[in-house]
Amino acid sequence: MEYVVEMLNIRKEFGNFVANDNITLQLKKGEIHALLGENGAGKSTLMNVLFGLYQPEGGEIRVRGKKVDITNPNIANDLGIGMVHQHFMLVENFSVTENIILGSEPTKYGVTNKKDAADRVKALSEQYGLNVDPYEIIEDISVGMQQRVEILKTLYRGAEILIFDEPTASLTPQEIIELVQIMRRLTAEGKSIILITHKLKEIMDVSDRVTVIRKGQGIGTVVTAETNPNELASLMVGRQVEFKTVKGPSFPKEEVLDIRNLVVEDYRGVAKVKNLNLNVRKGEIVGIAGIDGNGQTELIEAITGLRKVKSGTIFINEKDVTGLKPRKVTEAGVGHIPQDRHKHGLVLDFPIGHNIALQTYYSKPITKNGIIDYDKINEKAKKIIADFDVRTQGPHELARSLSGGNQQKAIIGREVDRDPDLLIAALPTRGLDVGAIEFIHSRLIEQRDNGKAVLLISFELDEVMNVSDRIAVIHDGEIVDIVTPESTTEQELGLLMAGHHTRDETNEGIKKEGEDQHVE
Amino acid sequence: MSNRVTNILVPLISVILGLLVGAVIMLISGYNPITGYTALWNGIFGDLYTIGETLRQITPYILAGLAVAFAFRAGLFNIGVEGQLIVGWFAAAYVGIAVELPKIIHLPLAILAAAAAGALWGFVPGLLKAKFHVHEVIVTIMMNYIALHVTNALIKTVSGGGDRTEKIFTSASLRSEFFQNLTEFSRLHYGLLIALAMVGVMWIILEKTTLGYELKAVGFNHNASKYAGMNVNRNIILAMVISGAFAGLAGAMEALGTFEYVSSKGGFTGIGFDGIAVALLGMNTPLGVIFGATLFGSLKYGALNMPSEAKIPLEIVEIVIAVIIFFVASGYIIRLLLLRAANKKKEAK
Repeated sequence: MEYVVEMLNIRKEFGNFVANDNITLQLKKGEIHALLGENGAGKSTLMNVLFGLYQPEGGEIRVRGKKVDITNPNIANDLGIGMVHQHFMLVENFSVTENIILGSEPTKYGVTNKKDAADRVKALSEQYGLNVDPYEIIEDISVGMQQRVEILKTLYRGAEILIFDEPTASLTPQEIIELVQIMRRLTAEGKSIILITHKLKEIMDVSDRVTVIRKGQGIGTVVTAETNPNELASLMVGRQVEFKTVKGPSFPKEEVLDIRNLVVEDYRGVAKVKNLNLNVRKGEIVGIAGIDGNGQTELIEAITGLRKVKSGTIFINEKDVTGLKPRKVTEAGVGHIPQDRHKHGLVLDFPIGHNIALQTYYSKPITKNGIIDYDKINEKAKKIIADFDVRTQGPHELARSLSGGNQQKAIIGREVDRDPDLLIAALPTRGLDVGAIEFIHSRLIEQRDNGKAVLLISFELDEVMNVSDRIAVIHDGEIVDIVTPESTTEQELGLLMAGHHTRDETNEGIKKEGEDQHVE
Repeated sequence: MSNRVTNILVPLISVILGLLVGAVIMLISGYNPITGYTALWNGIFGDLYTIGETLRQITPYILAGLAVAFAFRAGLFNIGVEGQLIVGWFAAAYVGIAVELPKIIHLPLAILAAAAAGALWGFVPGLLKAKFHVHEVIVTIMMNYIALHVTNALIKTVSGGGDRTEKIFTSASLRSEFFQNLTEFSRLHYGLLIALAMVGVMWIILEKTTLGYELKAVGFNHNASKYAGMNVNRNIILAMVISGAFAGLAGAMEALGTFEYVSSKGGFTGIGFDGIAVALLGMNTPLGVIFGATLFGSLKYGALNMPSEAKIPLEIVEIVIAVIIFFVASGYIIRLLLLRAANKKKEAK
């Protein structure tokens, strides 16, 4: 079997830090080759070497058997290597075609010839089943569609080898299914794909072979069909990983959170939460399952006082907290792990120590008579850093320079440390690797076992199923059903999330869903 | 190369480069750079009198720089320091003229009036920003014009149609016999001590108080501050008020120290605008502002000696001064070049 790309014994150093140490990756023609590793293991570095953004200190790269020197991305382009970035590089108010031709606009008589380009985009889109309208404006199309524009961009430039960097990070479950189909079609047409990810499920689903790297070291390459998620996880992390989160039965007691007929509007005055009723008791984890954009964000923001409530009431420990300021809600015993840790969870330019005091900085013992005692803050930060295994140089390091997983651990440490009666965890494991996910799940369960109420919001069905004691399914701003993980399946949840109300319809629903997908 | 060495080397190289380019400009224009720079040196450090005057010039720059830096730290761009300074100047002078009181009451009262006037001038843009999301840059620029013309009109009224008020009572003056004796009767006044004290005040607010923690958090990230339960609007207004108060104090320096009166102005004093550069040169830290103000104040005052002593026209002098400041502000580029040189060395090894 010929290899289209061979990266042999690649070594990349940054000063004294070895980011890639003797890593070998061989990509066969027409295969989907997964590159697996924890956050910070060196996956992106390796791909940036292949894409010409970094020069390796050792090893060699061969493309189609020939040794090459990729000193900049243009050379990578000429060799037919294209990258679909995790964060899309698109001009929001340009059309699909304009984005694709950006930088190499075709001209006719000195005027850009968009028509021909658009036709080519359309042809490519049809060939690979991407279903992209070349004339749509980027800001009007969904995230999944934007990603397909990125794919088209590489195809338009003649890429034969596509690198996908964490492609599912921002997609909904439906969009992920579509992406998988697209990747299969690409390989069927003779393209080769490197898939960077730390999600084991995806790897098992789509890849042919997997190369694992750990802490910059190449661990080896395995054939997907001959391995299993457990083996991959232990290869990646370097120890045995528990998937099925271990948890005992729950013993729920009094109600902590009680939401009655809640209505919340977005900034345009459109109701996003509609007459929602929900309660969470001490000693249980209630998971809210739903597709992104069905009112989850508005619900959390309403509970925590960040958004106005149109009508309805929210009780915490039988105290009416509807419409209270965020600080009052916090003081009423609510901890909140926010959905977007960079936007809400952290002041990135503050040291991690300052961040750990984000809700307690004004109260004793940290502040006395308006004077803040940073020694106390750092003391407390050190304790949380140790307890929650936050990998950092210390409380003085800027939050910005921590990895995503460690930022999240710091936030969770901060929220749990305040010992809130109700802990709201919104997408607490988004973008994290299995090791961190395992840790965070066990902390949530620990809170429950200590008699606290936990409200978990997640787009990942696995997470909801594994961690929750009860699952409330949200669709279009309403709780459509409340089920227990023992009595439901992912399939049923998926249908409920899509808005199918009664369980009798289940079978019919599956058929319908399947047909829908074929049509697309 | 250690961090400390770079930190000393960078400003040093910047100043030297600035001086070199300035020298080239003088040469091209047909003037001797050595006599030019000698005149500049003498204009700054020539004798005790000039040293005193240089220090006097630095004083309002420190306060204007603090005003800009403080707002910056809270994420606000206060271009209104100029206007806040002008109303502070007028308020201090007015209190100094209108009443005669024992010094222990009169002087603090006049100083406070300046701070309050500046604070009020900062409050308006702060309020508009917090409540209606009007950008503070627009409002503060407009407030500068309002300050200029309102004070000019008030000066006319107070002075009975004249262009300047009478002198303030000595009970409101910052003039210092001690400093004057020390510096051969320069106009150096106690305001320098106030300015230095304010450097300490700003440091304490930012680094030691809960308020400072909130202001910085709001400056970095509104969303996270809201999430943490801070009152973002209140912090925006407070930041502008405190910034305005510093600027008002800069006005008090002119009213109670340097001039002891207020005269109507054809245009802006420029101190407030230079305060932006002072703050940025000092990287918006209180101690950095002292450095920035010293550089600005010295060059501005010393340059006055270049036309008279070295016969270099004022226009050329201003270009040379601007070039020097430009190079100091470009410290980042020099830092980058140093780093690259250091890396090359390492590779060569």
